[in-house]
Amino acid sequence: MSTASTNAGARRGMKIDLHVLGPILALVALIGIGIALNSNFLSYGNITNVLARSAFIGIIAVGMTFVITAGGLDLSVGSMAAFIAGLMILCMNLLVPSMGQSLGVILIGIAVALAAGLVAGAINGLLVTRAGIEAFIVTLGTMGIYRSLVTWLADGGTLSLDYGMRELYRPVYYDGILGVSWPIIVFAIVAILGEIVMRHTAFGRHCAAIGSNETVARYSTVAVTRVKTLTYILLGCLVGVAVVMYVPRLGSASASTGLLWELEAIAAVIIGGTVLKGGFGRVWGTVVGVLILSLIGNILNLTDMVSPYLNGAIQGVIIILAVVLQRKGSTAT
Amino acid sequence: MTAPTLALHDVSKSFGPIEVLHGVDFDLRPGEVHALIGENGAGKSTMMKILGGYLSPTGGEVRLDGQRAAFSDSAEAEAAGVIMIHQEFNLADHLSVEQNVFLGREIRRGIFLDHKTMQAKSRDLMEALEARVPPRTRVSDISVPEKQMVEIAKALSRNVRVLIMDEPTAVLTGAEARVLFKQVRRLRDEGAAILFTSHKLDEVSEIADRVTVLRDGAVVAQGGIDEFTEDAMATAMVGRDVSDLFPAKRAGGDEIILEAAHVDVPGHVTGASLSLRKGEILGIGGLVGAGRTELMEGLVGLRPRTGTVTLKGTSLPGGDVACARRRGFVYLTEDRKGAGLLLDKSLTENLTLPVLHRYARPLIDRKAEAAALDKAITDFDIRVPSRDVKVGNLSGGNQQKLLLAKTMLCDPDVVVIDEPTRGIDIGTKQQIYTLIHRLAEEGRSIIVISSEMPELIGLCNRVYVMHGGHVAGELTGSEVTEDNVIRLATGLGSQREDAA
Repeated sequence: MSTASTNAGARRGMKIDLHVLGPILALVALIGIGIALNSNFLSYGNITNVLARSAFIGIIAVGMTFVITAGGLDLSVGSMAAFIAGLMILCMNLLVPSMGQSLGVILIGIAVALAAGLVAGAINGLLVTRAGIEAFIVTLGTMGIYRSLVTWLADGGTLSLDYGMRELYRPVYYDGILGVSWPIIVFAIVAILGEIVMRHTAFGRHCAAIGSNETVARYSTVAVTRVKTLTYILLGCLVGVAVVMYVPRLGSASASTGLLWELEAIAAVIIGGTVLKGGFGRVWGTVVGVLILSLIGNILNLTDMVSPYLNGAIQGVIIILAVVLQRKGSTAT
Repeated sequence: MTAPTLALHDVSKSFGPIEVLHGVDFDLRPGEVHALIGENGAGKSTMMKILGGYLSPTGGEVRLDGQRAAFSDSAEAEAAGVIMIHQEFNLADHLSVEQNVFLGREIRRGIFLDHKTMQAKSRDLMEALEARVPPRTRVSDISVPEKQMVEIAKALSRNVRVLIMDEPTAVLTGAEARVLFKQVRRLRDEGAAILFTSHKLDEVSEIADRVTVLRDGAVVAQGGIDEFTEDAMATAMVGRDVSDLFPAKRAGGDEIILEAAHVDVPGHVTGASLSLRKGEILGIGGLVGAGRTELMEGLVGLRPRTGTVTLKGTSLPGGDVACARRRGFVYLTEDRKGAGLLLDKSLTENLTLPVLHRYARPLIDRKAEAAALDKAITDFDIRVPSRDVKVGNLSGGNQQKLLLAKTMLCDPDVVVIDEPTRGIDIGTKQQIYTLIHRLAEEGRSIIVISSEMPELIGLCNRVYVMHGGHVAGELTGSEVTEDNVIRLATGLGSQREDAA
């Protein structure tokens, strides 16, 4: 152990650079591979497609960065997204007879999604902080609950948005300004705000302090319970935002909506260089992590060298590699 | 006189450049109970660990039955019948009592464990110790004294020639200690040699046959128990020149700034009352585990408490440490690394953590933070190779100064400083004493918790001494002597009745 740390100490400068630059280099390499393999890779259509599909996981992963930085974890976000989507569609369908196919229905639907996200996040947060149950257990439980609830709401099938409403709501996913579609714009705004909050506000610093050593944070009069609860609430709200962008895409929700989103979001956070045990997080890294994961899938789809069915295997290798690199980085410091 | 079982011959021990034991000669004979006493930091634990094979001496030798014995680790010592029970328990919390007693030495029948025999044996052992714990109970579910008994049962279950116990009674009540002593006497009568440390001098008188007194890493007195009165032991333990380490003492003003009445901290402190005057440096003495830290953490709101606390004339709510900070009352922890500083973060992040809201409007003003760090580095003489260094890489003294700076950034009126100089070299100690003094001159009121007698005596004009969760007494002015503090701390001559 001591020899290992001395070795690492001698090469510290290089290690830290790799820790910072690693995800960016990986992203650049992937883009290079993509360009080399398919001339269509850089086309407007492909780029827009990759980014818009990344947006849902990306928005959630920004919230996940805060939860993990503060030493927590949330496994329930995929199920939560499915449940909120189901709830939102149900509410909108219920309102159509009385309010007609109007903008008002969409606004109420959006409000329902955001409120449900807030409440769901608060439940996770309060169970972790007030009841003192481990985050892994709490969110494993709520993950099962939400998945089951959406299956029940859909009666085992699919909840579909009223056809007319779907036409009205569609532009939220498919349109945009200046050729940039709304999901990409929203993802960018969330990411930029997230980066600012993480690096430049007391809340972000407090998250890192709690994740680094909760006792020290408590003795330093940081409102530990409030900050930790807020990270889960923030994540819940962002799940709501992701759902608002997701529902117009297909106009439906089923038991398989949002399946494995939690794992993709957590993977993106870790690939981006946030420490799984907490104490250090960076939102820009998470954004890079999300892009890396979606580009792998995209490249496999565009080329026929490797079967797209191996997408998950390659993502898995990347995640493990990222953590191995991270551990080397942390022994150096 | 019987030949010693285990002996130290001219043993010294250094940690890095610091020698903590200087040429110690010591012997432990079969059929005796030997007490090792001394102040915190005198080298008792180090000496015991050398005897138990946990540490090897830097100079001199350990002799077992007159032969040079170089135990390379504790397992070798245990194989030779030398068993040590640590102050911190060495138990697997999730295993049962029986599993712990026989851990690593399980009784087998063929390839299977012989649960029946092990249970029966551990039940017998626990009953002999009058701890009625079923052998199948998980260790995490039993009380602290019961854990101590499990440790002792573990030792008793082996062939013990030498039993070394580091403060075995610190966590036991008087009655539990009696039971332990009965077993200790039984072992002694069977010919075992027993070494133990205790801060409770009445216990030493009761159980020990011989006494060795350590001070500053050297044996200063040794002899049969009948040669020592309890007072003589206390006198031998203390007696050290502390003349110019400390600035001149100062008494506080008349205004009472903090008052605690009948404060209970569940499980640690009962019925504690105290008062602090403006500009005073008040001392809290007592042994480790007497409830000093817990009382102060209770007052400031880090632990639940009952009773009333009045700060600057108005009552302070319990359990709200942020409120206490806002009203100018802060606590500086004794646990620098576990509760005081974020070791993997920079100086700045640590410094401004408690008052980060002052620098965030709403974005953190990094220039103002840098200016605060500059000021802290100058004011508290923090010596760092670079400002970006992680706090975990600083020396203990610089960490402590940073922790002081962090605490003072809250601009408090009342500061509790718990063990201000633990693990710090003498030069930095003096600086810290001067800093504490300066704070008092600025009109702040300071409570110093210390296990180091010279520190209490050198800094404080008034001292409360705690013993077993109570405030055992109050000493003022010329009454503040090592002798008086030790008497109160060890439960001799409690003033509790008179004070009340």
